[in-house]
Amino acid sequence: MPVSITLTVNGRPAALTVEPNTLLVDAIRQHLSLTGTHVGCDTSQCGACVVHLDGVSVKSCTTLAVQADGRNVTTIEGLAAPDGTLHPMQAAFKEHHGLQCGFCTPGMVMSAVDLARVNPNATPEEIRHWLEGNICRCTGYHNIVKAVESGLQAMKTGAAAQAAE
Amino acid sequence: MSKSTGIGASVKRVEDYRFLTGRGRYTDDMTRPGQCHAYIVRSPHAHARILSIDTAATLAAPGVLTVLTGADMVADNIGSLPCGWLIHSRDGTPMKEPKHLPIAADKVRHVGDQVAVVIAETLQQAKDAAELLDIDYEELPAVVSPGSVETAGTAVHDEAPDNVCYDWIWGDKDKTDAAFAQAAHVTTLDLVNTRLVPNAMEPRAAVGEYDPGMDEYTLTTTSQNPQLIRLLLCGFTMGLPEHKVRVVAPDVGGGFGSKIYHYAEEVIVVYAARRLKRPVKWTAERSESFLSDAHGRDHLTHVELAMDPDGLFLGMRVKTTANMGAYLSTFSSCIPTILYATLLSGQYKTPAIHAEVKAVFTNTVPVDAYRGAGRPEACYLIERIVDVAARELGIDRAELRRRNFIPPEMMPYDTPVGLQYDSGNFARNLEDALALIDYDGFPARRAESATRGKRRGIGFASYIEACGIAPSNVAGALGARAGLYDSAEVRFHPTGSVSVMVGVHSHGQGHETTFAQIVSERLGVPMEKIEIVHGDSAKTPFGMGTYGSRSLAVGGMAMMKAIDKVIAKSKKIAAHLLEASAEDIEQDGGVFRVAGTDRSVDIAAIAGAAYVPHNYPLDELEPGLDEQAFYDPKNFTFPNGTQICEVEVDPETGVVKIVRFAAVDDFGRVINPMIVEGQVHGGLVQGIGQALLEHAIYDEDSGQLLTGSFMDYAMPRADDVPDFEVKTNEVLCTTNALGVKGCGEAGTIGGAACVMNAVCDALDIGHMDMPASPERVWRVLRDSRPAMAAE
Ligand code: FES
Ligand code: FES
Repeated sequence: MPVSITLTVNGRPAALTVEPNTLLVDAIRQHLSLTGTHVGCDTSQCGACVVHLDGVSVKSCTTLAVQADGRNVTTIEGLAAPDGTLHPMQAAFKEHHGLQCGFCTPGMVMSAVDLARVNPNATPEEIRHWLEGNICRCTGYHNIVKAVESGLQAMKTGAAAQAAE
Repeated sequence: MSKSTGIGASVKRVEDYRFLTGRGRYTDDMTRPGQCHAYIVRSPHAHARILSIDTAATLAAPGVLTVLTGADMVADNIGSLPCGWLIHSRDGTPMKEPKHLPIAADKVRHVGDQVAVVIAETLQQAKDAAELLDIDYEELPAVVSPGSVETAGTAVHDEAPDNVCYDWIWGDKDKTDAAFAQAAHVTTLDLVNTRLVPNAMEPRAAVGEYDPGMDEYTLTTTSQNPQLIRLLLCGFTMGLPEHKVRVVAPDVGGGFGSKIYHYAEEVIVVYAARRLKRPVKWTAERSESFLSDAHGRDHLTHVELAMDPDGLFLGMRVKTTANMGAYLSTFSSCIPTILYATLLSGQYKTPAIHAEVKAVFTNTVPVDAYRGAGRPEACYLIERIVDVAARELGIDRAELRRRNFIPPEMMPYDTPVGLQYDSGNFARNLEDALALIDYDGFPARRAESATRGKRRGIGFASYIEACGIAPSNVAGALGARAGLYDSAEVRFHPTGSVSVMVGVHSHGQGHETTFAQIVSERLGVPMEKIEIVHGDSAKTPFGMGTYGSRSLAVGGMAMMKAIDKVIAKSKKIAAHLLEASAEDIEQDGGVFRVAGTDRSVDIAAIAGAAYVPHNYPLDELEPGLDEQAFYDPKNFTFPNGTQICEVEVDPETGVVKIVRFAAVDDFGRVINPMIVEGQVHGGLVQGIGQALLEHAIYDEDSGQLLTGSFMDYAMPRADDVPDFEVKTNEVLCTTNALGVKGCGEAGTIGGAACVMNAVCDALDIGHMDMPASPERVWRVLRDSRPAMAAE
């Protein structure tokens, strides 16, 4: 029996009709045509599908679309400023060459942004631990760790600047 | 001062913006009007005869459009998936090349083999309907282990009753035997190069489209080489004229070799699109990738090294059984031969080498090139046996390598296994890596580890690889059924921006940046006015794609040739505009000047004149500024280097932790150091993955893949691997004008050997097979405990 849900996606309201077993990732990719969120596995292991649900990172391949009913979803498409300016974490990935093929990247970036909420002063070791659920086959993680370190720093500086305004 | 643009600058990547903002366009992201979905029914058996397939219930299910079987394909004359390289056995007979139909027609030969395809309006409908398919199998005994195929009592293919595909030899046997007869010491080693699953993060996908009005086909596919796929699709499997077929490989999420091959699913979606006259999409689920992407490695090897009293290498013998899996994948036959035995000299002066390679069929997923392809296998056995030899002879491992290195003054150097190394300074790489890791400080670090109850070890790998297989006539003589040149077209637009169409493909390597850096420097055009176009057979000239670290050494050189043609024509146009003779025009980036004067014109103005030829020597020159070139390399290139790794083993748990890692590489000229370092990091982690974590395991009896998901197949994760110290030593390649050697595979070539050498050092043993997982390490320690106690 299809169900109707309403949610906010990247700041905009969306009304969808989904099956009770429709995965959030399918709702995002297929119903909303937001294809930046990727699917890299079928066992909830790779993190290519990470999005934020009410500001908290979740694997959208293991979340039902109906669980997002009435809530806020942020995908990689919603991270940059409306004028296209990259979010500090996105900018840090570019600066430190934290991506190669780009397939794991949206999930990596969304996970990394959530780390700022949980542990804004994470050490490289803590960053590696936090990213355990995100597999990257290309980069060897070295530059991802550098990028996240610098992205966390930039987010703090940005937040401080905002607070001062 | 480091440059901020052009060749040698760490320019930030131009492709990053789309990937970082979720605007990458991967195959599965595309939705075509009227698109339907293919679900592939795969064999649950390793080996079985298909007795019957009853499709009635499936066809009647909601949303189902059709069900396709091997019989349909046979009836429509769909051809076998071809193998691109012919190897001959030692008796002169050609390799056994059994048919490989995109959907099995008589027998299934591995778990995951395609049996039927259900196509429906939605993927869920196709999956549900597939459950209703009634397939009657007669199960047959399976051949799983490559070591026992001849006595398995069952044949994967009737054409190869003993399951041997070929039995190939390389090198000088008599000379090698003579070397062994004189040896003061012979070290022997048996080792397994484990089977791996490449696991690019983007699962394979394909969309087939057919336009009945124009009788035209489009295949969008996750490929490293769309032009090659079009050739194979047209010439072999579908039998179509190439001018009616467009193959597009858009953004591709990693390849590592696994996306080189012409896969069954590409044929299936094109064939189905024609039958249904609708776009047909297929995307692999990860568990399906495990059962249908070509795997890598899987060698059993016996190696012997003969030495004189000082440890100088006199000769090497190698006997390898290489598992091909159930069918010959596109390049499978050349991996354990031409890309393996030719590298057995490594960085050493070993004067006599002989190799015997037996390739066998088993009821497992086909095996083909995986990052490094044959060269990591060669490096692993060489660098392992050098370590074992050093241990037996009581010589320091760095010193034994030093004694045997080919010195720079012997370049160009002809190896006894058929290659000519053009350049390299192997000893310098080793010394620099020793300095980077602080080799002299190792004993103190080892002692410190011991105080914490940990066992510390250090290991090296001094690797060399051969990239950009070449030249085409030599490759042809060695069995290649295709040429191995590449192509590029440099097209100026009237207002001075440039499109460069290349035959190579980028799936993470950053060509859109590095290739543009070269164009920018050579033609004086700012980066933002340059676009590198790849991955679409309708846009680019015919090229062979990206694998074997060939993009820059072959594709980049084709682009250089095209640039040279642009410069030559631009000089003529400049001469006309400046009323001088073409011989007097000097070019400096984008400025064309009459020598010795201040009269000049820039390339944008030249392009404008070429496309708006109002004032133009039309009787001498054609309008336009658009040049194409094909380039066939003179020789392979030979990236080389030394990697050093330090591990700490916890004897209580068997856990191996990599604590330091240094790599010094000679890639020839480096275009973008930032990108090169990234390639090294990524390659190293794939090597580390093999050494410590990854292993594709089949059940010996049932032929089921036991490690068929990320739950059971251990992929390296961020907290499994260390930071890296990397450095490059540029020794320019002498056989191409750019001086480049290639960097895509280097990390993986030496990585596994380097880590295993460190693990064996830490455990104080001669050898253990990969992966050095906690359980296996713990067992090794337990088994050696009585000896330790006796110390
Ligand atoms: S797709 Fe969600 S974890 Fe892999
Ligand atoms: S950049 Fe390719 S998987 Fe991470």
